[in-house]
Amino acid sequence: MNFDFSDDQKSLKDEARKFLTDKAGAKVTRRVLDDAKISYDANLWKDVAGLGWLGAAIPEEHGGLGLGRLELCVLAEELGRAVAPIPFSSTVYFFAEAVMLAGSDTQKTALLPKVAAGELIGCFALSEGPGAPTPASIQAKFDNGALSGAKIPVTDGDCASHAVILAKDGAGISLVLVDLNQAGVTRTTLKTLDPTRGHAKLEFKNAKAERLGAAGQGWELAEAVLDRAAVLLAFEQVGGSQACLEMATDYAKGRYAFSRQIGSFQAIKHKLADMYVAIEVARSNAYYGAWALSTEAAELPFAAAASRAAASDAYYLCAKENIQTHGGMGFTWDVDCHLFFRRAKLLAVQAGAPAVWKEKLVKRLEQRNAA
Amino acid sequence: MDFNDTPEEAKFRAEARAFLEANCKPKAAENDRMNRSLNPAEYMKAAKAYQKKKAEAGFAGITWAKEQGGRGLPPIFAVIFNQEEAKFDAPAGVFAIGLGMCVPTVIAFSDEATKDRYVAKALRGEEIWCQLFSEPGAGSDVAASKTKAVRDGDDWIVNGQKVWTTGAHFSDFGILLVRTNPDVEKHKGLTMFIVDMKAKGVEARPIHQMSGGRDFNEVYFTDVRIPDANRLGDPGQGWGVALVTLMNERLAVGGSYGPDYKEIFEFAKTVNAPNGEGALIKDEAFRMKLADWIVRAEGYKLAKFRTMTALSKGQTPGPESSIGKVINANQMMDIGNTAIEALDHYGIINDAEYAPLEGAFHQSYMFAPGLRIAGGTDEILKNILAERVLGLPQDVRVDKGVAFKDLPTGR
Repeated sequence: MNFDFSDDQKSLKDEARKFLTDKAGAKVTRRVLDDAKISYDANLWKDVAGLGWLGAAIPEEHGGLGLGRLELCVLAEELGRAVAPIPFSSTVYFFAEAVMLAGSDTQKTALLPKVAAGELIGCFALSEGPGAPTPASIQAKFDNGALSGAKIPVTDGDCASHAVILAKDGAGISLVLVDLNQAGVTRTTLKTLDPTRGHAKLEFKNAKAERLGAAGQGWELAEAVLDRAAVLLAFEQVGGSQACLEMATDYAKGRYAFSRQIGSFQAIKHKLADMYVAIEVARSNAYYGAWALSTEAAELPFAAAASRAAASDAYYLCAKENIQTHGGMGFTWDVDCHLFFRRAKLLAVQAGAPAVWKEKLVKRLEQRNAA
Repeated sequence: MDFNDTPEEAKFRAEARAFLEANCKPKAAENDRMNRSLNPAEYMKAAKAYQKKKAEAGFAGITWAKEQGGRGLPPIFAVIFNQEEAKFDAPAGVFAIGLGMCVPTVIAFSDEATKDRYVAKALRGEEIWCQLFSEPGAGSDVAASKTKAVRDGDDWIVNGQKVWTTGAHFSDFGILLVRTNPDVEKHKGLTMFIVDMKAKGVEARPIHQMSGGRDFNEVYFTDVRIPDANRLGDPGQGWGVALVTLMNERLAVGGSYGPDYKEIFEFAKTVNAPNGEGALIKDEAFRMKLADWIVRAEGYKLAKFRTMTALSKGQTPGPESSIGKVINANQMMDIGNTAIEALDHYGIINDAEYAPLEGAFHQSYMFAPGLRIAGGTDEILKNILAERVLGLPQDVRVDKGVAFKDLPTGR
């Protein structure tokens, strides 16, 4: 039994923690929060690119470090812990994964080295309005190399240079690749619950685009990309949850009420123990997702759904109970609790809300038993 | 990252399987939770015979030192044997408390003569042990035990009552926590003894549980004489001895009980959804709950794999294994309850002839309340997680500096 990360992966994690403690954290996240004009921290982005993290899982032949998905998982946990205000997930878990999964050699050669070098910010656009998208609800249209329609919201869509879009294509649905810096694309910045990440509405009027992967395979490809991203997002969520638990525990030890540490009250202890249990459940499921992702196991769809369902619920619990443990101070702008509370909601709803993943999990249990 | 044994572990697992195949029947199904078809006397005979073979083959006391008749292997090997044994219908349960908790305590606190007397016989299944800690007035707060022992020459004379003692009626010996000095603080006036369960004045009475079964006992002590030679640790040091026993409890890896998500998933194909449109498995509210159960059951199973990984690397798992019972007991309650309600009015029937899975969901419903309490209540386990894992301060103690005899007792 070796159900853990290797010593090398753990030391990568330690290095990432050290680096992010120094260069990221609440101060950096707040720079983006407090300035509506910027959608990510450019310095942190540059540093992260310099460390090679953007290309961690990209093969060396395409300019990456050629490490595995397990390395990406440990980085994801640390980025989640730091509430990093950079378009890392959009570029790496969604855009680069989509290109690696479905792209032609030409597309890979053109795009992946730029991702690895930090020269390309990517995003992934699925949603077109309220509610979970279905194959029937997709209205964006790809026809003869031209894309029309609108996507809202697109996480990091305001700063990205390229997008992978799900669009109708003749009788079916395809993934298409779009350069966002062209005349046929209009971006409108959106106000969201989590201003530490940029969001936009993207409108396309005969924008020049190309297919990513086979025609008519878009929905299946998107599901496959989502499964991969789900595991990585789950690690960000576990990292964020763990940070909330540590923050709440620390506060409960230092804060006195009724002349004693509030952490000595069982009402607080049991709250924090519940957070701990939720994190352990989420972490264990996420590890299984990591294993399935890194070995391209047939269990990936099941493991990804379980990872995501567990991690979304854990982060919600930990983020709200961290505020509660802090009492009135937790409700202020100046205390960092709300940074996690905001990010918890973004991570819970982007790429499918908790109920969507729970439904997928049960469907996949049904499929597994039918097989 | 993988789920494979090391070569050494794989070799041991194969040995264990060969032993089990030669001596036990495999379970009919992975989730087989059959009731014992043997009567208690036959079952006990079979259990003792099995334990003897286990000891002779070197699968009893896997982690114990060689001089105690053990094999001196790291804990991962005991976990591997338990995993394999769980796949068979092996009658190992009656020895779990004795070999898992009592005898290790005897080994830790006895002289050579005492160890020679008890350890080997316990390992071979010739003598069975029970643990006598809880009392009617000392449950979560077990250090409040008031069963008392008074010195009389070379003996101690014990009077009082213990409760929730598993297997007291068929045990040969027990480890007994008693009050020897009521004039000092409660943790400082306790002493631990080995007690002969067949001695004059020891009476075990089964407790009739709300679930109908009689799995535990209350044990009365009336002028029971225990030789001073049976004392474990110094007088007044009983709490420290008890902590060693309770620490060993943690290493006993708990399994799940009763039907889990796989069973209720199959069941949900067979009953109507509340809106009458198709089967329950199509009902979205049910599917959301099912997803939560999958996540927790798999999460617990995978967390155990992480513990095994730590053991495999020679690390010691800490109190974090307390999460298991908190998850499982509540999940068992919830699944039993959901299945019963899904049956609508019919759900009130627990007659095995009519009820699904021969009433297994109903058994969960009636047994889960006990599981949330046994072996540390949910609340105590959460305190343990909060204090020992997260490092939160202890609750304010109102009994500090107060002699035991002066503490308020209430009901």
